[in-house]
Amino acid sequence: MATTADSFQAHTDDHAHDHADHKPGFFARWFMSTNHKDIGTLYLIFAIVAGIIGGAISGIMRAELAQPGIQYLQFWAEFMGGTPDFDTSLHMWNVFITAHGLIMVFFMVMPAMIGGFGNWFVPLMIGAPDMAFPRMNNVSFWLTVAGFVSLLFSLFVPGGTGPGAGVGWTVYAPLSTSGSTGPAVDFAIFSLHLAGAGSILGATNFITTIFNMRAPGMTLHKMPLFVWSVLVTAFLLLLALPVLAAAITMLITDRNFGTTFFDPAGGGDPILYQHLFWFFGHPEVYIMILPGFGMISQIIATFSRKPIFGYLGMAYAMVAIGVVGFIVWAHHMYTVGLDVNTKMYFTAATMVIAVPTGVKIFSWIATMWGGSIEYKSPMVWALGMIFLFTVGGVTGVYLANGGVDDVVHDTYFVVAHFHYVLSMGAVFSMFAGFYYWFPKMSGRMHSELLSHIHFWLFFIGVNVIFFPQHFLGLQGMPRRYPDYADAYAYWNEISTIGYMIMAFSMIFFFVNIIYAFVAGKKAEDNYWGEGATTLEWSLSSPPPFHQFSELPVIEDHHDHHDHIGDAKPAHA
Amino acid sequence: MKTLGFHRIVASLALAFSLVIGAPAAMAQDAAATQQLESIDPADAADVADPEAVSAGSDAYTPMAPTEGKGMPVPGGIDIQPQYSETGEYAYGLHVGLFWVMVAICLFVLVLMLYTMFKFRRSANPVPSKTSHNTLIEVIWTVVPALILLAIAIPSITLIAKQYETPPKDAITIKAIGYQWYWGYAYPDNGDFEIVSNMLDKDEAEARGEPHQLAVDNRMVVPVGVPIRLQVTAADVIHSFAVPSLWFKMDAVPGRLNERIFEVDEPGVYYGQCSELCGARHGYMPIAVEALPMDQYNAWVLAQGGTVAGAEEEGVEADPTATPVQTPESAAPGAPGAGAPPVENPTT
Repeated sequence: MATTADSFQAHTDDHAHDHADHKPGFFARWFMSTNHKDIGTLYLIFAIVAGIIGGAISGIMRAELAQPGIQYLQFWAEFMGGTPDFDTSLHMWNVFITAHGLIMVFFMVMPAMIGGFGNWFVPLMIGAPDMAFPRMNNVSFWLTVAGFVSLLFSLFVPGGTGPGAGVGWTVYAPLSTSGSTGPAVDFAIFSLHLAGAGSILGATNFITTIFNMRAPGMTLHKMPLFVWSVLVTAFLLLLALPVLAAAITMLITDRNFGTTFFDPAGGGDPILYQHLFWFFGHPEVYIMILPGFGMISQIIATFSRKPIFGYLGMAYAMVAIGVVGFIVWAHHMYTVGLDVNTKMYFTAATMVIAVPTGVKIFSWIATMWGGSIEYKSPMVWALGMIFLFTVGGVTGVYLANGGVDDVVHDTYFVVAHFHYVLSMGAVFSMFAGFYYWFPKMSGRMHSELLSHIHFWLFFIGVNVIFFPQHFLGLQGMPRRYPDYADAYAYWNEISTIGYMIMAFSMIFFFVNIIYAFVAGKKAEDNYWGEGATTLEWSLSSPPPFHQFSELPVIEDHHDHHDHIGDAKPAHA
Repeated sequence: MKTLGFHRIVASLALAFSLVIGAPAAMAQDAAATQQLESIDPADAADVADPEAVSAGSDAYTPMAPTEGKGMPVPGGIDIQPQYSETGEYAYGLHVGLFWVMVAICLFVLVLMLYTMFKFRRSANPVPSKTSHNTLIEVIWTVVPALILLAIAIPSITLIAKQYETPPKDAITIKAIGYQWYWGYAYPDNGDFEIVSNMLDKDEAEARGEPHQLAVDNRMVVPVGVPIRLQVTAADVIHSFAVPSLWFKMDAVPGRLNERIFEVDEPGVYYGQCSELCGARHGYMPIAVEALPMDQYNAWVLAQGGTVAGAEEEGVEADPTATPVQTPESAAPGAPGAGAPPVENPTT
């Protein structure tokens, strides 16, 4: 029955055997995968690799900034195939900040959160056998990989003053058009096209899956909050990414085909690019944090052994954040010369977002209140996230004030702010999610001790890196500077020491993974115990290659929190 | 060596590829660059004084020595620089208020978390409650933050209104123009001369007793205590004119003339730095504003070959031939002259 082409496909054999654990061969399984769990694993591995590269680049930057003066950039200019002269060395700095930003946003956080955890756990949590469009899922992943390759490739080709694209992750025109000759910027932009296309496909896949493939009885208002978070995120992706695609396509045509969308000499406007970019860019920051919110909600409830407090409020707070997130973009542009009324509007609208965000913070604490809290590895990371995200959140309210922002706009204060919400908010959520679900994904328990050491060192490290950056920014140190006045030396040196602590902590993370595979205990089905009540805990660890061939049923007595109490799903 | 070889291979592959798509790109960009150069009125790029020549024959101007800690960052500093403008002082007040709100919220969340974590630890509370709703508390934690935000919004909106006050009709207009990678300051109300302002290298800055990375050869001189209509624009890519101690930041966007009232309360030197990524030497085009009393400002203007309002009646007229003309040079990367890199060589 199988044709030659079909014999490569993952499901073909299943029709013959109907054996849930029959896996295709190595190449077909990992390079032509249509299995949501395998694709999730690929995304997670990809995100870890990208994270290592992006993190190493930030190490180069922190080393350079440890002292005033230019110490290492000429080495990197030569290493990357350029000449070690002054301008090329400085250009390398801009290449590093660009690569760090793009890698961390598009190739680390997004693939890990949505591609990795989303792929793995959305189908499991809603009781679906797989994603709605398994092949499209595979396309999404490989488009992301292609995008990453294009970005890395851009580092080795001429970008104007030196090799690589030195335009910042925002790729503002005209620096990215007439300001940067050579193909590097084209490759960097094309990388965003590819990754963006992958994300759009992924978003449609998630929306379709969540709307159509929930287990019988699982209404929207019974869905786990992680699934809610991915649903809202998918809508943000679907609405925001096409705008980015349009903006960067116009950059490409301005660069290569003589159009002048963003060139005032031809009637264009550089500020138009910024409006388009940030119409995407602001929802993008919620794309990066919302799945984290979802994971934190699952984890807090699990380790407090309590249902999440104010479930509906939590779900609709995310919807509200998503909706309002689309009408606040120009707070990234307070200094471009906005009209006074525009600036007042964006100040007011931006502050509104603090309300649903506050609801989430307080609801997490209220979930813990009265609970029976166990401090396992995912929980400490989740608690770290809640506090550090609060710190990043309040500086966000500070920056929302257009008049106040004037003095700290484009300074290290902003760098500190967004690293508190991303490098601590999003990254802590990812580590929390990783330790929460790693045994479920791998079948092996990690070491709680190593996870706790990792947490404490990482917690201290990132705070030592980023808290002093508030001071630098308030004192006026601009972002994206490879060199600075002596007055900024003190806090910069401390910040670099923080990086070393953080980097050291990552050894424990990797050792922990190796430990788990080499010597880790076999994970039980529900290794976190009675607090873990969503459908993934009804399956084995790791789950069978194909799960829920008989759909689990969510009974009337199940609420949004408890999907596996008493009545076991049919597959068991 | 091996790695270098690999880079070469990658680079040559890229080059081959770029020949296909890159050549039209390069041509398009050349055309755009020419257009842009033409779009800058050569008349804007006007007379610029050589400070050496001026000081020889003039009683007027010697660059003011900066005051330590005024208009510049201080080592290990943790707060916003002291403010020397009216809106800056108002904004600083709001900053202090916001700071305490932030501290209060963070401490509240932290204490609440730590208390909850301690009180409801598993050993102390083995049986969890099943409470998952409390309408009153949910309303409270929605309404109270909203009220706090409202309280912040009122002074915040007031601040924006102050910053956007229209300068009076007789305000002196000064125009800051961002170039890759230096600033030009034009004085259209004073004979439309333009100053070119380049960063001093480290040795020269220290010799003059100024902070390196902030000190420049020719400062933007402004009169103290009067409103100035500051216009900001750029010739090539986006730059940003920023002076932290005056609470001022305005992007310099090609093709757009941003305008904002600019006031300095007391004489002094106030440093700032370009605050929008503008290419390789983004970190090497600082801003130095020197505020002088009106009579000294006028003397400086005359020394630059400019004109002073009402000067004709008093019989004082600038000699336009007194100073040599320096034309700001091409913004092309690597062009020598104006915008030349500091002597400090990174390879040593």
